[in-house]
Amino acid sequence: MTKPLTREDLLKAYRTMRTIREFEERLHTDFATGEIPGFVHLYAGEEASATGVCMNLTAEDHIASTHRGHGHCIAKGVDPVGMMAEIWGRKTGTCKGKGGSMHIADLSVGMLGANGIVGGGGPLVCGTALAAKLRGQPHVSVCFFGDGASNQGTIFEAMNLASVWNLPVIFLAENNGYAEATSSKFSVACDNIADRASAFGMPGITVDGFDFFAVYEAAGAAIERARKGGGPSLVEVKLSRYYGHFEGDQQTYRAPGEVQNIRDTKDCLLQFARRVTTGGQLTQVELDSIDAEVKALIDGSVVKAKSDPKPSEADLLTDVYVSY
Amino acid sequence: MARKITYQQAINEALDQEMSRDQNVIVMGEDVAGGAGSPGEQDAWGGVLGVTRGLYHKHPGRVIDTPISESGYVGAAIGAACCGMRPVAELMFVDFLGVCFDQIFNQAAKFRYMFGGKSETPVVIRAMYGAGFRAAAQHSQCLYNIFTHIPGLKVVVPSNPYDVKGLLIQSIRDNDPVIFLEHKALYTMEGEVPEESYAIPFGEAAVVREGHDVTIVAIGRMVQKAQEAAAELQKQGIHCEIIDPRTTSPLDTDTILESVEKTGRLIVVDESHPRCSMASDIAGLAAERAFSSLRAPVRQITGPHAPVPFSDALEELYIPSAAHIVAAAKSLKEYR
Repeated sequence: MTKPLTREDLLKAYRTMRTIREFEERLHTDFATGEIPGFVHLYAGEEASATGVCMNLTAEDHIASTHRGHGHCIAKGVDPVGMMAEIWGRKTGTCKGKGGSMHIADLSVGMLGANGIVGGGGPLVCGTALAAKLRGQPHVSVCFFGDGASNQGTIFEAMNLASVWNLPVIFLAENNGYAEATSSKFSVACDNIADRASAFGMPGITVDGFDFFAVYEAAGAAIERARKGGGPSLVEVKLSRYYGHFEGDQQTYRAPGEVQNIRDTKDCLLQFARRVTTGGQLTQVELDSIDAEVKALIDGSVVKAKSDPKPSEADLLTDVYVSY
Repeated sequence: MARKITYQQAINEALDQEMSRDQNVIVMGEDVAGGAGSPGEQDAWGGVLGVTRGLYHKHPGRVIDTPISESGYVGAAIGAACCGMRPVAELMFVDFLGVCFDQIFNQAAKFRYMFGGKSETPVVIRAMYGAGFRAAAQHSQCLYNIFTHIPGLKVVVPSNPYDVKGLLIQSIRDNDPVIFLEHKALYTMEGEVPEESYAIPFGEAAVVREGHDVTIVAIGRMVQKAQEAAAELQKQGIHCEIIDPRTTSPLDTDTILESVEKTGRLIVVDESHPRCSMASDIAGLAAERAFSSLRAPVRQITGPHAPVPFSDALEELYIPSAAHIVAAAKSLKEYR
């Protein structure tokens, strides 16, 4: 059974989801000014997934992420202040300004990196899981991937390999309905991505990705099973992104009002707040207080990022190798 | 104490000694044990040519058969390396690079730089390469050039049993991703190899033969061809200096340039295709940094810009020969 959520857990879950939302909304606003370089893919709307999964993990567990990775980073414990500096291309960033939005990684908290290659993370988590298994450690590895990556051969290979080697891996499919501009109704040749699990000899389940508690329970069960040596699972989380594939995407492929309707009726933060305040576990005052703290944190991270130094010429050729 | 063993035995011994030294060293690949899940016993094959045979029983649980899923298990080796394991993944034929290149050049090669120096990926990817086995276009290529092009990878091309052992041990101990390429025609080559463990540093070329007339830089198996040619040329009064770079990344440019400055003549022998090759790279190096020392044009002896053919008649024409090298050296000596 998944570990019951304490009051502290609920506060942490809300703070994590709010931090992701605030981080992404702020990037959306700032990107429009033209000051943020490169490609930025926002996770807003999907917060319940990263948070629901990572609330079941420790720093010793590993996750692999996607090009839409900010939420996974924050949920796994990467410092948002360093992340913001990284996205602004600063030397003080998580990766010293050499990775950017698509490559934020922090192995000290088990974050193997956002990944610019769709489906790139599947094989990697088989390796971190194999290491844990060979060392007799109870650590699990989670591969977050999208509906687009669900059609990549690397994911199929990784699912088969994880089953063959009986590895503690959770394949966490975030089906937000669109691979770039192409609907998963077109690109995925089965009703649910989770249906593919049986082909690889593992259990598969599809859950509502707007519901933190549903994700927490489903991922928790799969993680618990993996920790006990039960092998890999496939968990499909159905959700939606509030912004385009990347910032600047006009989203002409989406129906009018599609996102607003989801924001109004299904939003993970709204649902979470309603449930915990109605149930009496947390008060609206507590949630408002978290909102204010998170806003101050993100505001501060932007101010800092803007004034932090960029890398210099001396940094261009460092860290290509450990030894030369 | 040194004794004569083959190139293949030297590889096996290096793996064995490193696995004994460090529990984090694991070996994985298709049939590296051989027979997993089959009625025959484990370790039935020890790799498709038997290179890893015997390691399975000596190092239980650390010689791991994989499905034929190169992206999957090469990526798994890279992921395991990210958390401190030292995996040696065998790609079997380097030609299979095509089905797992992303994991090598977009993942392993990039992590350290992209993550601001906060990660290490001590993975070794072994593969055999090269023509001469009538194995045709998809099992005979020399793809070290492609790997050498990628910053973040180190590329090793040992030419003899002594080097293959010392360089493989260095590869396993090295903290960067290493592509370790074994010419399949060298597996049966015998040579003096010390029993004890030793590591040969990367980026240090071997001066295989000293001479003052012509410098021959030869890659991998081509070192043998260069030695044959040099013996013949000696009889004709032409004294060749043979440089074996041993690693194409890092490349020991100093040793090459010093030799070219001494001889004034350079031949590069590279079994791969001519465009964007080690041959063109080293020729360019000499043109840029030893121009005033050159007494004749640089000669590149490579395979042709064509896939490796199957028929023995054609494959023999394809592979650079000692005769090619002899003719080139004579023409350089007679230049002006």
